[in-house]
Amino acid sequence: MSLLDTRHLTKNFGGLHAVRDVDFELPEGQVRAIIGPNGAGKSTFVGMLCGRIGATSGQVRFAGRDITGLPAHRRIRLGMAYTFQITSVFARLTLHENVALAVRRRLEKPAADAVDDKVESVLVRVGLSGRSGQFAGDLSYGHQRLLEIAMGLAQEPRLFILDEPTQGLAESEVEAFKSLVRTLSGETTLLVIEHNMSVVMETAEFVTVLDAGRILAEGAPAEIRENAAVQAAYLGTA
Amino acid sequence: MTTSGGCAGERTARVRSPLLHGGIVALLFAIHFVLPDYHNGNLARIMVLAVYAMGYNLLFGYTGLLSLGHALFFAAGMYGLALPMHHFGLTPVPAFILGLASALAVSAVVGFLALRTSGVAFMIVTLMFAQAGFLTILLFGDYTRGDEGFVIQQAARSVAGIDLTDPLNRYMAALLVFGSSLAFTGWLVQTRFGRCLVAIRENEERARLLGYDVLRHKLVAVMLSGTMSGASGAAYALLFGYAGATFASVQYSIFPLLWVLLGGAGTTAGPLVGTLFMFYLIDLSSGVTSAYMLIAGLALVLLTLFAPQGLAGELKRRALPWLP
Repeated sequence: MSLLDTRHLTKNFGGLHAVRDVDFELPEGQVRAIIGPNGAGKSTFVGMLCGRIGATSGQVRFAGRDITGLPAHRRIRLGMAYTFQITSVFARLTLHENVALAVRRRLEKPAADAVDDKVESVLVRVGLSGRSGQFAGDLSYGHQRLLEIAMGLAQEPRLFILDEPTQGLAESEVEAFKSLVRTLSGETTLLVIEHNMSVVMETAEFVTVLDAGRILAEGAPAEIRENAAVQAAYLGTA
Repeated sequence: MTTSGGCAGERTARVRSPLLHGGIVALLFAIHFVLPDYHNGNLARIMVLAVYAMGYNLLFGYTGLLSLGHALFFAAGMYGLALPMHHFGLTPVPAFILGLASALAVSAVVGFLALRTSGVAFMIVTLMFAQAGFLTILLFGDYTRGDEGFVIQQAARSVAGIDLTDPLNRYMAALLVFGSSLAFTGWLVQTRFGRCLVAIRENEERARLLGYDVLRHKLVAVMLSGTMSGASGAAYALLFGYAGATFASVQYSIFPLLWVLLGGAGTTAGPLVGTLFMFYLIDLSSGVTSAYMLIAGLALVLLTLFAPQGLAGELKRRALPWLP
């Protein structure tokens, strides 16, 4: 059964058709990449999944439930986590507090010790332990991206949506991200918008290609690489 | 505004914060027996007004919402207590509860409507609500006596046989209201709710996408802030025996903003520090020259230049990052 699916999902900004009539299905536990040229509607599409952006028409279902009318915070509470394309952390709060905000929201009764322990374990996992007292705004860009991923992990989401997580990362950081994704597969469902083809090819189980607001192709990474239409779409805008 | 967060984890803050707040209250208690009458009178007034500043700080310092209409909430508490005492001879305790209830009701309505806006529009909408409230007080001048105001008789101002017009009793009553407000604020900002307010101040969109209901948090913040401001207004009328429309004017919406900015927005001790500082700044400079606002103004400009985070805010930034 699919964890998330959309029917005829559409977004118009005035006369611009950013996303047109997209039927999309994501099985539970899969690592899915969304690729496509700039302006293909990728961020708008995932924005409509987590509720940041309202759909013009169509339907979004999550875990068997129609969530089209729910505001973003209610969708997140159903088990989604989202990281922004442009890093969005609490710059003037410490790393500890950034992650603790994500932990506390989930807990029934947030006891201080339980929060501290969970924060520490998540920071260890993304490789930011020992920095919990630093202000998030003082971190390098790459580390801020990792922090945002830590905030997502802290929520233990059923669906984790990452919008261009490796954008602006150094080569070594991209490698670290790949191995993090590998440890996550099987644990949660991942939906990753990604430009870096090596990340897509090495981590994704299945790839969806968006172009001009529509699904152009879907398939395993190897199939997508061989797909003539996909190559044309990329070469056409390159 | 200042940064805040659990640098050394949640545990440290939870131990130190009650110690700090307990220490402040103990100091204010002890100092009463040392200070001359004049300063004790001032301090009683400062403590009551600091409650107003603390209420304002909850919304401005912690949630990041700048209201220009808090005089409405102060006045709602003041008249909620004073009118029934004056006209119907109500005793202080139920009158105080009425004061709180009216501030709560007014802030719920204002919050519900004003939170449809944000930023500058929020400032203007709250300012307009407060002006409407001020004019309403003048309109019903037959009952409120407008600008001139009215006095609450000395005989009416006693609780369980304790005469609140007596300087010692009045000081301790002011300390009680101040101490409860400080304890409440100190507790609140450590809770998940309070931490979420800071998150909203720092990055509203991120807070929403962590699953927090931002609008509900803001509305509750307006109501708590308004009710605390109302508690200050009610206590002021009760302890100093007077209610007048001046307290609902624009000037009284600006005061708490200044106190909080000077003391340190987003710190629990900042409102007291700011209120104390500004009260004595005006008090001392008016003893030197009739152009006392010139001195006060200069001091404010210097502080804004060299301690933009306020007195307690600077202390927190430079030396005590754990300050709640």
